[in-house]
Amino acid sequence: MSEAALRVEKLQVNFGPVEAVRTVSFQVAPGACFGIVGESGSGKSTILRAICGLIRDWRGEIRVQGTPPRYDRAFFRQVQMVFQDPYGSLHPRHTVNAVLAEPLKIHGIQDRGRRIEAILEQVGLDHSFRYRYPHQLSGGQRQRVAIARALILESSVLLLDEPTSALDVSVQAEILNLLARLRAEHHLTYLLVTHNLAVVSHLCEGLLVMNAGRVVEEMTIDQLRRHETHDPYTRQLLTASLGYDREAAASLQTFD
Amino acid sequence: MPTEHATARAWLLADVPGSAFQAYCGRLYLGWLALARNKLALLGLAIVVGLVLCALLAPLITPYGPNQQNLANRLQPASLQHWFGTDQLGRDIYARIIYGSRITLYIVVLVAAITAPVGLIVGTLAGYMGGRTDTVLMRLTDVFLAFPRLILALAFVAALGPGLENAVIAISITAWPPYARVARAETLTIRHAEFIEAVRIQGGSTARIILWHVIPICLSSVIIRVTLDMAGIILTAAGLGFLGLGAQPPDPEWGAMISSGRQYILDQWWVATVPGIAIFVVSLGFNLLGDGLRDVLDPKSA
Amino acid sequence: MSTMNDPNPDSPILRVDNLNVSFHTSKGVVRAVRRVDFHLGREKLGIVGESGSGKSTVGRAILGLVRPPGQVQADAIRFHDQDLRNLSNRQWRGIRGKRIGMVMQDPKYSLNPVMRIGEQISETLRVRERLSRAERQRRVLASLEAVRIRDPERVYRAYPHELSGGMGQRAMIAMMLVADPELLIADEPTSALDVTVQMQVLAVIDDLVSQRGMGLIFISHDLNLVASFCDRILVMYAGQVVESCRAGELHQARHPYTRGLLESLPDVDNPRPVLPTLNRDPAWLEDVP
Repeated sequence: MSEAALRVEKLQVNFGPVEAVRTVSFQVAPGACFGIVGESGSGKSTILRAICGLIRDWRGEIRVQGTPPRYDRAFFRQVQMVFQDPYGSLHPRHTVNAVLAEPLKIHGIQDRGRRIEAILEQVGLDHSFRYRYPHQLSGGQRQRVAIARALILESSVLLLDEPTSALDVSVQAEILNLLARLRAEHHLTYLLVTHNLAVVSHLCEGLLVMNAGRVVEEMTIDQLRRHETHDPYTRQLLTASLGYDREAAASLQTFD
Repeated sequence: MPTEHATARAWLLADVPGSAFQAYCGRLYLGWLALARNKLALLGLAIVVGLVLCALLAPLITPYGPNQQNLANRLQPASLQHWFGTDQLGRDIYARIIYGSRITLYIVVLVAAITAPVGLIVGTLAGYMGGRTDTVLMRLTDVFLAFPRLILALAFVAALGPGLENAVIAISITAWPPYARVARAETLTIRHAEFIEAVRIQGGSTARIILWHVIPICLSSVIIRVTLDMAGIILTAAGLGFLGLGAQPPDPEWGAMISSGRQYILDQWWVATVPGIAIFVVSLGFNLLGDGLRDVLDPKSA
Repeated sequence: MSTMNDPNPDSPILRVDNLNVSFHTSKGVVRAVRRVDFHLGREKLGIVGESGSGKSTVGRAILGLVRPPGQVQADAIRFHDQDLRNLSNRQWRGIRGKRIGMVMQDPKYSLNPVMRIGEQISETLRVRERLSRAERQRRVLASLEAVRIRDPERVYRAYPHELSGGMGQRAMIAMMLVADPELLIADEPTSALDVTVQMQVLAVIDDLVSQRGMGLIFISHDLNLVASFCDRILVMYAGQVVESCRAGELHQARHPYTRGLLESLPDVDNPRPVLPTLNRDPAWLEDVP
């Protein structure tokens, strides 16, 4: 059995007295896409932030390609993140070129012009976008730039934090298709965090359902499609995601 | 030529900039267009530009030297030979005003060049690093903020002797704290922004983040603040000159001119009033320009 | 109660005929809303569109909230038999927040940051009806409970910044519902809420429509939600209504934009390796006949 690209074991993250992530464990095979689904406050984004190093104060085990994260340059070349808000993840005063050149400069990589042009083409933006500012781009275009930025270091593991939640419906499909294509072409491993079960079902093979920091259930997409849920919370989430239903709404409970 | 102008404008407004330089110039040009829509801001800019031109071209636009005395002609009202009249030593007031603009400009540029960078660096460091660095730097800022400007200038003069450079140092020491506060406030709002986090997870150092990501955002607010403060700085310098603590005679510093013209104010009012009007006009110019810049650069609308 | 006072319970609560909103900017005229017509009875009408479709502008135009350089022109905007065009501020004060409720997207901009939640909500009651203070407090607490806020006493005494985003949005909805409006215009009222809370809040609004005869205009980008919650749907694109149908018939929509949008949505029950993307036909920008 090949080594898991990403393994998380008994991860615990506390913010003072609040247990944001409570002993969460899962693993992701190389080239796979794994989803973490939950509502706000479930701790799903916190897991991503712990893996990529924005949060350093965690307990438990994280292994990327078999080794614990050292949060040095070599590590950042392996793991990158795409943020949720396309309007907030690009510096308002930097051109697309500057945004993409930065990681290359930090890592001392030469031949920047060629690499920038190449990655722009990969994400479906032609070279006319290279010297534009973020306010001249649409939401979908900004998110493509964010994806390009995450991939320009040729990382193998990509953390996706609600990558399409802030986008228009028609743009969402384009970005989801782009993510699927890139994953296949470059054999990337995705860890996708979202509250949208439909998005997870499109991109991922397996998923984790979280509530209030804890893992509620782990399942495959096939199980999700067959509505084979063992847990009432998951069942409730699934029902609610299918649309509004008066009777169903009346029977909703709060799980804490 | 019309075609050259048209192609330059097309290059600046190009939808697809071909280089980083072109993109940057284009942005500056759009900012200029926005500023130019505001007539008052243009007036302010005209005054400031006028100040600079007076300072640069002083020998060319004055028929007399600023220290050229003619005691037979003292305290003359405005006439065709002396547009603003003469002072108590028969010197042409118009010439002294024009040469005085050099001193004003010198003070303004020097103070801005010292205080803005210091304030920016202290503020962004404090805001981004937080914790003990923040506390130490901000308390330091508070200490300097507490000094009353004129009293400090008096202390400097007592210690080092009067003079223009000492006046500039005295003003600068008390002028930078507000910029540090402004920069810190802006830094706090963007410290946890996703575009900053993105650089952190690429392995960017703190220095890189502060220099290339935080400071460019704080720059607008600091520029606006500095421009608006210029009016106050000119007044402070004039106040120091009035007290005899700034430029020394016979330098044509406007505040000193008001001071020496005080005793003639009832009968020969122009000796003290004309420098006062000059100070007023230049202060107003910086204020109007600062307001216009704020409308263009205001972070809330960016 | 609204239904008892209305002599003709079948007449439309709101009539909008030929609504146009244009913005005159330095770059030219932007026609944000073009020739929008609809009537609203005691039902839930959904207006769906993406950003830039004009859907929020329709809501604001009805409420008289479009400021210059925007210009509103319509053949009719009638609320019962009151013409809503060109009302004075004083006349609007009697209508907005009282007879017509409005819930906008961001609670930050609708809730007064220096007033406690309870005070703000009871303010809407103070003018309309003569109630004792205790009675007002009871009604406010009841409205907070109705939007599934579990400790209404605490929220009553809290300031807006002390509440989470989702709670703030629910408090805003409670504020609009406590005055028992005849018409509610809601612009993405539940988009910031978790899906389970969303369902519960929608159930509250649903009950108000069916039990108190309130009319609802529900503006959203979420096609599936609107299709499952509302009775009728208007789909907007580039300022125009391109589709108008009953909610149950959405999947037989005819306009290519609506079809394209429906097909591009990922679906748990309908896996496709590549999602069809929308091909924007420039012909859709032309005036609908």
